[in-house]
Amino acid sequence: MIRLLASLGRAVMGALASIGAVVLYAAQTVSHLFRPPFYPREFLNALIQIGWLSLPVVGLTAFFTGGALALQIFAGGSRYGAEEVVPSIVAIGMVRELGPVLGGLMVAARVASSIAAEIGTMKVTEQIDALTTLSTNPMKYLTLPRVLAATLAVPVLVAVGDSIGIFGGYVVGVNRLDFNAATYIKNTVDFLEGWDIISGLVKGAAFGFIVATMGCYHGMNSGRGAQGVGRATKSAVVSASVLIFAANYILTELFFAA
Amino acid sequence: MIQLTDIHKTFGSNHVLRGVNLEIAKGSSMVIIGGSGTGKSVLLKCILGLVHPDQGTIMVDGQNVETASRDPFLARFGMLFQGAALFDSLPVWQNVAFRLLRGSLKRPKTEAREIAIEKLRRVGLKPDVADKFPAELSGGMQKRVGLARAIAADPEIIFFDEPTTGLDPIMSGVINDLIREIVTEMGATAMTITHDMTSVRAIADNIAMIHEGVVQWTGPVAQMDASGNPYLDQFIHGRAEGPIAAVR
Repeated sequence: MIRLLASLGRAVMGALASIGAVVLYAAQTVSHLFRPPFYPREFLNALIQIGWLSLPVVGLTAFFTGGALALQIFAGGSRYGAEEVVPSIVAIGMVRELGPVLGGLMVAARVASSIAAEIGTMKVTEQIDALTTLSTNPMKYLTLPRVLAATLAVPVLVAVGDSIGIFGGYVVGVNRLDFNAATYIKNTVDFLEGWDIISGLVKGAAFGFIVATMGCYHGMNSGRGAQGVGRATKSAVVSASVLIFAANYILTELFFAA
Repeated sequence: MIQLTDIHKTFGSNHVLRGVNLEIAKGSSMVIIGGSGTGKSVLLKCILGLVHPDQGTIMVDGQNVETASRDPFLARFGMLFQGAALFDSLPVWQNVAFRLLRGSLKRPKTEAREIAIEKLRRVGLKPDVADKFPAELSGGMQKRVGLARAIAADPEIIFFDEPTTGLDPIMSGVINDLIREIVTEMGATAMTITHDMTSVRAIADNIAMIHEGVVQWTGPVAQMDASGNPYLDQFIHGRAEGPIAAVR
């Protein structure tokens, strides 16, 4: 019994220590935002890698999600004779929830893994030590540009994903469910409010910060060898995904709880 | 002068350094030898401040490593890492000129590139290597690029971590000769870690043998063969029998 309690205590202490380490790492990253030197070239590179190159995967995901959502809402709404809600529910569902969450998850899969693998490999091949000996702070050179780029790029990806998702719903609604095109667009535009869109973009920024921070943190703390880098990559994606869901719930409570 | 006094370092239950005392005179070439896992690389990293010792002091020209201002302190050092540690995403010339493209030693891009090409030439590489990426080079060429990066900013102190590991004997000879020439012509203080006894004889003015976390023997390389130290004798002759356990 005592052994069981001891191992439980060790696990809890380990989890708390990890949470503390991640929070400190995030705070340290933010503090570097206000202290030079800055590396604009690294930031632009990260912006292209994280933002521009994630567009296809986020766009495709949003398109098919919007289409499937239209089908589901039509099928569900027809039970109550409320098929006309399809455009408005697709729009609000995409903009408030599915756009940011699915966009965040796709970026987590694509970006957190690649950041963790890249930085983890740099760690095990002593490139991080080399950076330090060359008078370059790895937090400033590697972490801050990626975290800043993700925090700014993911809201833009979410906005694009929202539009493509709504378009996916429109394509299915008009071509498959026989909605009138003009009515579909009017219902979408009339129903959406500015706060719906802004809340989704704020969520996107939070998810971008989480994704890049987890990628960098796990990469920097990668174990030795291929197995260590593999474990860091897996941990980055899993922790970023779980934190995205947790942050999504907290932000939804903050924004929309009555 | 680099002065290490009573350096201790533990990783978990592994007490790697147990009181290292060592002095490296300015302008001399010190080679640290010892078995794998005896803390030689940790010692180098302690001097650079990459690893913090649990106990003891490290002074570089009278300046405590732990309290020194980081940027000017690190600007005095160059280091060749065991696997070269070149940045994959940058072309060779930007690796070599890394320090000259940013920070306090920043130069205009064209000047930095010229210096990089000159340093590459110094280590026997042609200018056309400059625009290649590290992955396009052989292991020996990567080591030479790492060496060019280590000397790019004309450092006062240069560290070499196993500079010939993984290279064929001829390339090892080339690297050893380069290190010796560069250290002599720059008048730099050098500290090298190696298991390669050919390198030891080619590079060293003095050697220090580390075993069980302490310096077992230190002295001029010329006295190495007649030291009478059983640890050093076993190591330099590569004997399985002796005070150093073959299975560790």
